[in-house]
Amino acid sequence: MMNDAFDLRLAEAHIEVHKFRTGAIVVSTCLALMLQAFVPVYISKFAVLDLPLLVTIYFGLSRRNPSTGLLLGMVIGLLQDSLSGPTVPFGLYGIAKTIVGYLASSIGARLDTEHPAARCALTMMFFVMHQGIVTLTRRMLLAEPEPWFTVRLAIAAAVNAVVAVLLFALLDRLRRS
Amino acid sequence: MAGIPSRHRSLVLLTGVIILQVVLLAVQIKRDSQGRLLRVWTVGAVSPFERAGAKGIGNIRGTWSHYFALQNTSRENEQLRRENDELKLQVNQLQSKAAEADRLAALLNFRQAQRNVPMLGARVIGTSADTASQTIYLDRGERDGIRRNMGVITPDGVVGKVIESYRDTAQVLLLTDKDSGVGAMLADSRIQSPVGGTGEPLLSMKYIPTDDTVNVGEHVVTSGMDRIFPRDLPVGVVAEIKTGRPFQQVRVRPAANLQRLEEVIVLLTLQPLEKKEPAAPTAETSGKGVGGTAAVNP
Repeated sequence: MMNDAFDLRLAEAHIEVHKFRTGAIVVSTCLALMLQAFVPVYISKFAVLDLPLLVTIYFGLSRRNPSTGLLLGMVIGLLQDSLSGPTVPFGLYGIAKTIVGYLASSIGARLDTEHPAARCALTMMFFVMHQGIVTLTRRMLLAEPEPWFTVRLAIAAAVNAVVAVLLFALLDRLRRS
Repeated sequence: MAGIPSRHRSLVLLTGVIILQVVLLAVQIKRDSQGRLLRVWTVGAVSPFERAGAKGIGNIRGTWSHYFALQNTSRENEQLRRENDELKLQVNQLQSKAAEADRLAALLNFRQAQRNVPMLGARVIGTSADTASQTIYLDRGERDGIRRNMGVITPDGVVGKVIESYRDTAQVLLLTDKDSGVGAMLADSRIQSPVGGTGEPLLSMKYIPTDDTVNVGEHVVTSGMDRIFPRDLPVGVVAEIKTGRPFQQVRVRPAANLQRLEEVIVLLTLQPLEKKEPAAPTAETSGKGVGGTAAVNP
């Protein structure tokens, strides 16, 4: 079991595993999903953000446990699927966020991901990867022609990366000291 | 998992979870099932918060425009500020009420012009939680008579159609979604062709032969052929035309502002509709159906 915070020595790296206040993950997840579904009604540009993905990445990087990372990603992804309506089948975002959750936790266990620059770069990478997996799933499993790359995707990746730095700093406050 | 080395456990779990979701996807495709029960639970859990949020935003907007936004004027002169504050407060309140009255008047006018079509006003309380699909949630659902495949419009034009109806909420597929479409025709030449979404702000009019003449700025209206929308409702305006074989690539700017929807009208019928002129309806026909008891009241 994890204590409040403990050090994990992996490949001689000094990596700190963080634990969060009770309910922090659940509340953050619910809030991200609700904001994602609600705010674009009033601010249409907000739709460029993928808050559930940012939450998945953050808790993956912080908890650094691939199993919990992938399970959290799966739950968030499936909830996002269920809120997205019949045009988005269950599993589309579930698969993408499961993989991102797993990779974020795996990378978090090997690299220092506390620096804003690292967080920005990793978020951009994970965002592009997430969209790539969604596109792959749409093309392969749903036979839907989906472009691999658009300018909108590049802009969205950059915007999400910048917002992630701010959001992650905010979420850091939920850690147990 | 007991016999698996601990360093491989997460990888095995990942593989298992992915396979499970791929199977889930396959089952949905095969059976055309959309996991309605799970969606009902999720939407049921989220919609009260969205509903409360929509009210909260309205209150915050009111507070902001009626109070905080006026604070900067206080720097000029204390006495003038007080007077200005009071006057601007009143002006803002009146403007806010006037804007709301305009919107409601437009809804009412449209309602009166379409007395034979049962319809219901609804407020937009949420959107889809992803960027791929273009859907919105309304604060009215099955209890208000909303069913799947009902048309949704604003006085400006067509918005989309209901794709899922829950107890107190309904989900609407916007015209701009890639899976969306409406029977349409060019208003002047009456050339018919379906208009569909592309996932982008502009719509696509798909089957206009190269030989037919289309002009930028030409209005596109509903044809009534989809048996959802009455004829001659505005769909949009031709914004771009590119030549192609055998069909031209015609892009249409939606008439309704789909990026900023707050109130919409749901056509409460699954029967084929025919638009009537305002003078045509009689006392007997007006107010019938669900729409008769639930006039536009978002």
